[in-house]
Amino acid sequence: MLKKITILGGLNKIGLPEKIQKLEIQAGEILAVVGPTGSGKTQLIADIGQVAEAETLTGRRVRIDDGEVNSNEDKQKLRYLMAQVSQNMNFVIDMTISEFLMMHAQVRAVPNPEMVLKEVLAITNHLSGEPVTFETNLTQLSGGQSRALMVADVALLSNAPVVLIDEIENAGIDRLKALDILTGQGKIVLVVSHDPTLMLMADKRVVMKNGGMDGICYTTEKERHILSELVKTEKRVNRLREQLRKGKSLRSDYHEIDHHEEEELKLWQEYLYTCH
Amino acid sequence: MKEGILMQFVIVAGTPSSGKTSVMVHTIRHLQTSGQQVAVCKIDCLQTNDDVTYRRLGIPVAVGLSDYVCPDHFYVANLEEIEQWAGVQKADVLVLETAGLCHRCAPAVYDCLSICVIDNLIGINTPRKVGPMLSSADVVVITKGDIVSQAEREVFRYQVESVNPQARIMEMNGLTGQGAVSLKNTILNYPQFEGITGKRLKNPMPAAICSYCAGETVIGKSFQMGVVKKVEFESVDQC
Repeated sequence: MLKKITILGGLNKIGLPEKIQKLEIQAGEILAVVGPTGSGKTQLIADIGQVAEAETLTGRRVRIDDGEVNSNEDKQKLRYLMAQVSQNMNFVIDMTISEFLMMHAQVRAVPNPEMVLKEVLAITNHLSGEPVTFETNLTQLSGGQSRALMVADVALLSNAPVVLIDEIENAGIDRLKALDILTGQGKIVLVVSHDPTLMLMADKRVVMKNGGMDGICYTTEKERHILSELVKTEKRVNRLREQLRKGKSLRSDYHEIDHHEEEELKLWQEYLYTCH
Repeated sequence: MKEGILMQFVIVAGTPSSGKTSVMVHTIRHLQTSGQQVAVCKIDCLQTNDDVTYRRLGIPVAVGLSDYVCPDHFYVANLEEIEQWAGVQKADVLVLETAGLCHRCAPAVYDCLSICVIDNLIGINTPRKVGPMLSSADVVVITKGDIVSQAEREVFRYQVESVNPQARIMEMNGLTGQGAVSLKNTILNYPQFEGITGKRLKNPMPAAICSYCAGETVIGKSFQMGVVKKVEFESVDQC
């Protein structure tokens, strides 16, 4: 069982040592990676993703449970340690959802694949708009549906102890639910994001600047309070969005709650409770 | 005795547009940083621009265009000369990049490091169709993993492994160069060797000795000579 990941600092874009020379992420922790575009967020994720040993542009070294990853053989052993979801990823093969998921389940030797596949589909439809079926072809999926399926697949079939998430706020899915589903017990989750809600959902955040890790902020009590306000606002926005999407006209009272949605939310929370 | 040429002999093949040149350009940069003199020879059929890309690295580059000859046969027939040329350039590492062609032949030679570059976009079942170029490679570099889903990456890699279980598999990003240092280390750790003469191809090239190899263009049995193989059609009931 994975206990922690350590990142030993390298150099920033102008060749100076990064300010943060050691960053530890414990099992069960969510780390947000923040900073302006071009500040090196994606590179940090890439360094972790390939378990860098000073060979990348930054010269960072990544330790898994304090151990060095020296050889390619070691790296082969770590191949299923991490899973990644990013806004740039697409499905490119011409196959139905069920055919493809079955293939992936076989590769990962998932026991009882039929059941897991049903769950993957249910989560996919929970995260995105128009429902898809097992017979839907991967190439027919919209951007949001694709991302929803990727999240569900990474959560249930890849089921890696480390999850790297790159800007899914632009992916057209319910990102808070997506984060819920990707963060399981004991998982290490890294979230690259420009979205304050996602940033504050993390336990701490590393601030990137000029290609280097420039600072670490721990989410404070005050920030947690702000987060709960943000989540409330967001729920309101979501509700309005759903109403508009369904072709309804908005009435003056935005607090009006759709009973069906409430029911769905309850089921979702119960589901999360049982699956973690 | 002739003075020996000691170098790493690296053969790079791969499917078309998989990023062979991009992968090698990044890797060569790291080789240069490590103080290695690199020479590149590119074998192609009719035309190539890859030499321009390689020349930007400030290294000696040679181009061999096979023109009317089968490029794979052309490649084998020129290995000694290419090695000699690299020796004159005082290369520590010779990179020989072949064109992504019909997939029937494989350029791998025993004692040379053969790299096959293949990308995630060619389709999950394609590794099985690529044949000896993939199955006899020492290193398989998989590119374009950043734009497909995690699931496809995992399935694709699994398919590559099932075609070539012995190979060292590396995932690389040809645009950013992510993974290039690992490939550089693999190249430098591979034993240097001296003299291609007498080495063997891992896979024999197919017989291609018919009249069309020699420039025939007219269709028809009476114009076909040499080794001619015909499609075997299944019998179909007439209706």
